Amino acid sequence: MRAFIPDYQLTTPASLTDVLALLNNEPGVWKPFAGGTDLMVLLEAGKLEHRNYINIWGLRELRGIEANDTHITVGALTTYTEVQAHPILRREFPMLCQAASETGGLAIQNRGTLGGNIINASPAADSPPALLAYDAEIELVSTRGSRWLPYQGFHTGYKQMQIGPDELLARIRLPRNTAGVVHYYRKVGTRKAQAISKVCFAAVGKMNGEQIDDMRIVIGSVAPIVVRCVKTEAALRGQKPGDETIRKACVSFEQEISPIDDIRSTAKYRLQVAKNLLVDFLTKLSQNG
Amino acid sequence: MSTTQVIEFTVNGQARSVEVFPMARLLDVLREQLQLTGTKEGCGEGECGACTVSIDGHIVNSCLVPAAQVNGAEITTIEGVAGADDLHAVQQAFIDHGGAQCGICTPGMVLAAVDLLKRNPEPTENDIRTGLAGNLCRCTGYMKIFESVVRACQK
Repeated sequence: MRAFIPDYQLTTPASLTDVLALLNNEPGVWKPFAGGTDLMVLLEAGKLEHRNYINIWGLRELRGIEANDTHITVGALTTYTEVQAHPILRREFPMLCQAASETGGLAIQNRGTLGGNIINASPAADSPPALLAYDAEIELVSTRGSRWLPYQGFHTGYKQMQIGPDELLARIRLPRNTAGVVHYYRKVGTRKAQAISKVCFAAVGKMNGEQIDDMRIVIGSVAPIVVRCVKTEAALRGQKPGDETIRKACVSFEQEISPIDDIRSTAKYRLQVAKNLLVDFLTKLSQNG
Repeated sequence: MSTTQVIEFTVNGQARSVEVFPMARLLDVLREQLQLTGTKEGCGEGECGACTVSIDGHIVNSCLVPAAQVNGAEITTIEGVAGADDLHAVQQAFIDHGGAQCGICTPGMVLAAVDLLKRNPEPTENDIRTGLAGNLCRCTGYMKIFESVVRACQK
């Protein structure tokens, strides 16, 4: 049943400073509200439990994309549409742009934000696999200051994150070291547009002659959080990508994920598709890396 | 309980002011307070595109936008698409080529198509399919909608 709208606060402070002051003065009382593409769905379903929100949509401080020689830094309120339009992201981080283009339809992409996708903390989110594969870092700000941390490890369990009640996600930073890597992103859903993923796979890798030099392999919708598959990566590093290597990698991979049956798919289907995608990535890596 | 607040914005070129709860859905504000009932509610969860409107030149699902986020915004609804004397080329094409049946998806389809042609006056077939991917229709089978947009591009 629909929520009772007067039960919900949505306050609009004038600046980032005011937002952080409110988060600091009443910790745990307020939560940020960005593009609303997830929270409003819960509201309509009568499942939005938290009642007090801070409207951060208009904060200029959290918008914009900046690049220097070593990194590109993306404001947390950058929309999927803005991600897709940015020339450096398109050229050097194509998986992030592909993820943005496959999230909802255009009306969602105009409103959904990269920061919202992280903080909503769905294991089926589309951009986190790409961000983890690109070794992203995130910046949390509060009245205490700012801290950067690796995105890997930020999500600790289903909807659990290493963020204080007074902190706000401000920016996401990607190292510009993707020259010559193979990028592999596949979202598997019921249809091409508007679907929530059954499995979402993102990986980057490089070859050194006939051996796998290095790679990062990430998969979503198959565990309580989006998973960076470090054991699988270790099993592959320095190996020649033949049948035996792939067989060993699949054994590690299966141990690192824990797909379940739910309304979108089955554990059996997810596991099979996940392994197929790993094999497909390794095939493309050996051909093109 | 929250308290109501006054939101001021521009709708189809006219300055409007409404007193609303900040989390009220833009869709409801348009339909119930401003009587702009051309915008339809389909799924109410951002899947179907029936409630599409344009905010500051970008199409959105109005069921997913709280009123507090449109203070100062410029909004275009289906009522603001036609000119004073003529329909928009997209609207005329939907009439001429059977792009509408029951009519529930039509306002959203038209706004998505108008937005597409504004950004990209010569879209490819794939551009049209992508531009309309967030809008669902339960009647036409999509081909007549698709054809209508193709014809609108030719005008």
